Amino acid sequence: MLEFDLQENGLRKLNSALHDQKENTNQTAWDVINPKGSHAIAVGIDAPIEVNINGSTGYYCGGMNKQATINVKGSVGPGVAENMMSGKVVIEGDASQYAGATGHGGLLVIKGNASSRCGISMKGINIVVHGNIGHMSAFMAQSGNLVVCGDAGDALGDSLYEAKLFVRGSVKSLGADCEKKEMRPEHIELLKQLLSEAESDAKPEEFTRYGSARTLYNFNIDNSDAY
Amino acid sequence: MCGIVGLFLKDASLETNLGNLLSDMLVTMTDRGPDSAGIAIYADKDAGRAKFTIQSDNAHKDFEDLPNYLSKHLNCSVDIRINDTHAVVTLDESVTGKFSAALTSFNPKIRTMSRGSSLEIYKEVGLPKQVTERFKIPQMSGRHGIGHTRMATESAVTTMGAHPFNTGLDQCLVHNGSLSNHNSLRRQLRREGVHIETENDTEVGAAYLTWKMQNGASLGEALESSLEDLDGFFTFVVGTEDGFGVVRDPIACKPAVMAETDQYVAFGSEYRALVNLPEIDSARVWEPEPATVYFWKH
Repeated sequence: MLEFDLQENGLRKLNSALHDQKENTNQTAWDVINPKGSHAIAVGIDAPIEVNINGSTGYYCGGMNKQATINVKGSVGPGVAENMMSGKVVIEGDASQYAGATGHGGLLVIKGNASSRCGISMKGINIVVHGNIGHMSAFMAQSGNLVVCGDAGDALGDSLYEAKLFVRGSVKSLGADCEKKEMRPEHIELLKQLLSEAESDAKPEEFTRYGSARTLYNFNIDNSDAY
Repeated sequence: MCGIVGLFLKDASLETNLGNLLSDMLVTMTDRGPDSAGIAIYADKDAGRAKFTIQSDNAHKDFEDLPNYLSKHLNCSVDIRINDTHAVVTLDESVTGKFSAALTSFNPKIRTMSRGSSLEIYKEVGLPKQVTERFKIPQMSGRHGIGHTRMATESAVTTMGAHPFNTGLDQCLVHNGSLSNHNSLRRQLRREGVHIETENDTEVGAAYLTWKMQNGASLGEALESSLEDLDGFFTFVVGTEDGFGVVRDPIACKPAVMAETDQYVAFGSEYRALVNLPEIDSARVWEPEPATVYFWKH
């Protein structure tokens, strides 16, 4: 285990050391101490390593992550795991706005609550939130799965494309073109797998699925005169 | 962007440390706004005395003859404590309503930063570190305070465009965001007879709250109605004589984080602002909900 004191050595040094790790690195376990709310911690990693961050972070923690597992023993500021490509980011506390935004792949787990715009424009990432999520979550979400074990705020899934949304609790309101969908066996299977990876003991059967009504983003031939 | 901070003490033993803690919080937020900085401190008040913070670009010359002039014109004892470009003037509460006219007749270029009995506001163009040091904020005591570092978007970088803005007596406001209907609202408020000095959007927000409260609303009610009447982005932190409050617009894209322990309630634009507070690791930390008014009172 490599211990890195962020107060002493600074962010640039940490991120450049993490960027130096390649596919076959044997420095696979990193411990970051004294994060003290700093921004952009462990951004842009592309190696199968594990990074533990001991405390709360600021903006964009774990952004653009590829392959790495990043564990935050605290809460995170806006834009955690933004544009993640693969790997896993686990937050023990809460996440601020736009968690997992534009993510292409990998798994983001938030053990507390996430605030507004969680999963906005997600493009293939899986997000599991143990608590609640705020308003405008999964706005224009294109693909991937957002699983919420608590409640969702206003305008869930507004202008949604093909991402799947699963909510166990209540939904304050649905956004434009988002509707309740049938839970089929393949969705139960998918949830079982995601919940187990996210260490949640929620039961797949307790969730409701929401998805796109597909009336907004498909070209309607009746509108052809407008072009 | 802009950075805002607030600290409300529950534990009186921290009061001598308020200026120090608040300055540290604000300096941490420097990279959210380099244009101007300001702090409002609620300190002890003297019974029966009113307190005004005033500012002049020619402070020492302008403030020299002011106490004599004021005591002659207002027929009461006047104390003045000069602090760099600012001065705190204390005088009999009974002449509060006459102060402004007397100050203008003495020298119309002197600006009033705050009016009340315990509130003091210090603000200038510059970085938080420079501004807090020139006014010796870290040495100040108080029960609660708020601070702001500005990245100007809606009006000029001047002392009067700096936050906090004094609203009513002992009330003030800091703002992160931008109001988009401030021109029409300024015209409406001016028609109602409200005095608005600058082209700044936040001053309109502050004047709006003052006007609401002059018409009978409580601070909580005024904040509630701001959610209806103000268009734009805002996270507001407000100070009153006995407490402080927080409200965010319904979209809530301007960041906010709060922490509470047995000793204090703290607000920061980012968690970084809070990390040096006592016992922060065991504090309850949360993000205030959109369109929700929070308030703490001593």
